[in-house]
Amino acid sequence: MIQFKQVAAKVAGLTAAMMMASAVVTAAAATMSVQVKNAPVRATPSFVGKVVGALDYGDQVEIQQTQGAWSKVAGAGVSGWMHTSALSSKKIVLAAGQEQVKVAASGDELALAGKGFNSDVEAQFKSAHKDIDFTWINLMEKIRIPATEMQVFLKDGDVTPREGGAK
Amino acid sequence: MNMLYRYAILSLCVLGQRWRPASLPAVFHRYTILPLLCVLALAGLPACKTMDTLSEVGAGVAVATGVVTPQQGESIKKAGSAVGKTFEAITPEQEYYIGRTVGAVVLNQYKPLNNEAANHYLNVLGQTLAQFSDKPETFGGYHFLVMETEDVNAFSAPGGLIFISRGMIRCCQNEDALAAVLAHEIGHVELQHGLQSINKSRVTSALTILATESAKSFGGQELAQLTEAFEGSITDITATMMNNGYSRGFERQADRAAVAILQRSGYDPNGLTAMLTQMKNQLKPGGHDFTKTHPSPDSRIEDIVKWVGPVKPVVSPTVRQARFQAAVGKI
Repeated sequence: MIQFKQVAAKVAGLTAAMMMASAVVTAAAATMSVQVKNAPVRATPSFVGKVVGALDYGDQVEIQQTQGAWSKVAGAGVSGWMHTSALSSKKIVLAAGQEQVKVAASGDELALAGKGFNSDVEAQFKSAHKDIDFTWINLMEKIRIPATEMQVFLKDGDVTPREGGAK
Repeated sequence: MNMLYRYAILSLCVLGQRWRPASLPAVFHRYTILPLLCVLALAGLPACKTMDTLSEVGAGVAVATGVVTPQQGESIKKAGSAVGKTFEAITPEQEYYIGRTVGAVVLNQYKPLNNEAANHYLNVLGQTLAQFSDKPETFGGYHFLVMETEDVNAFSAPGGLIFISRGMIRCCQNEDALAAVLAHEIGHVELQHGLQSINKSRVTSALTILATESAKSFGGQELAQLTEAFEGSITDITATMMNNGYSRGFERQADRAAVAILQRSGYDPNGLTAMLTQMKNQLKPGGHDFTKTHPSPDSRIEDIVKWVGPVKPVVSPTVRQARFQAAVGKI
C-alpha cells in the first residue's frame, strides 16, 4: 500500500512537472514563414494583446519563444507574438526556380506561393462556369473587423473571455 | 495480420488504382504500379513508407523503360511522398482558392441577403469568435454572410467563408445561440472537414502536375488538368456539404470545437443546446436542409450534455439581447 502511494505520488509529481513545463515560456530557435495573406503581431501572447504590427505572406521570422499556441517572432522589422496558425515551418517561396520546384514536390521543406490551385485556375473555372458569380465572395472578403472593434463588442455585450483568448 | 494493417493495405490498393501520374499512360500504372504497391504492402512496410517506396520504384521503372525522362522520374518520386499526405498537402493559399469557389457555388443556389447591418453584425460576432478557435488565422480570414432563404441551413467553405440562412438565424433566440451556430461552422473550418471530403485522386493529380511542371508558369495543358482537379474538388466538397452531409464523427468534432470556442470567448455553451432544441421544432421531416445533412438535434444535445453538463436556459444580459434583436431580430 505504501509502495503504491509512493508510486502514485511520483506519478502525480511528474504530471505536475510536465504541466508546468508546458506552461513555461520555452526558447525555440527556428525560422518560420507567414502562411496567411496578412497576420497581426501582438505585444502579448493573447488575442486581447495590443496589435503592434503585421506580417505578410512569405515573410520569414525567427522564433524566439513559444507559449502554448503563440510564438514570439522577429522579422521584417516587426517583433512580437503571433498565433502559430499563421506560421509554417516550410519556407514559402514567392517566385520559385526549377530546383525549388523539385524540392517542393516532396512537400516537406518548401511551399510555393501561387502554385497549384491559384488565381489562374480560378479564372479558368470562371470562364467555364459563367453562371457562378464571385461578386458577393469579393464583397465578403472586404469585411474585416478591426481588433479594437471586437474588444468593444465583447465589452459592450458583457461577454467576458477567459484569459488569453485563443489557445 | 491485424485489422489496422489490413485496412492500410486495402486503402493503399484503392489509392494505387486511382494514382496515375499525368505523364504515365494508364497501362503503366495498372500493370506496374498497382502490383508493386500491393507487393510492398504485403511485405510489411508501413503505409507512408510504402507510398514513398512505391513512387521511387515506379518512377525508376518508368525511367528505365523510357516512359518518362530521368528529370520527370525524379519529380514524380518526390511527389509520391506528398501524395501519401493527401489533403494535408493542400497549402492554406490553395485552400483559400478552393473556399472562394465553394462559396460562389453556395451562393449560386442561395441568394445572399443584402442587409448591411445584419451582415456586419454577423461578421463582428463571427470574426470575434474565430479568434478563440484553435485556428484564428487562415489565409484569407473568416467572413460571414446571411443567405436569404427560409431553409434552416449553414455552410462553411474551406478557409473560412461561412454562410448562415435566415431560417437558421430565426432558430436563434439570443446572441449566445447565434454564436453557437457560427462557432460550429468555424469548427468545420478549423478541422478542415471540407478539404477532407475531396477525393484523394484529385489531390494526387494536382500534386503530380506540380511536380512535373517547369519553373515557368503553367502551360495550357497543365492548367487544364489542374482546373479539372479543381472542379472535381469543388464538386466533392459541395456534394458532401450541401447534399450528403458530413459524417456523424465530423459533426461531433465541430460541436466539440464550438463548445470550446464558446467557453473561451465567454458565451454560454448552452446556446448550442438552446438552438438545437429550437431547430428540432422548426425542421420538417424529409426536408432539404439540416434534416438531410445533420444528425438529429436530440443526438447532438446528448453529446453536448456530456461535455457541459445538464441543459440550462441561456440568460442573455439585456444589452446583449437588445443588440441581437436590433441586428437580426426582424430579418
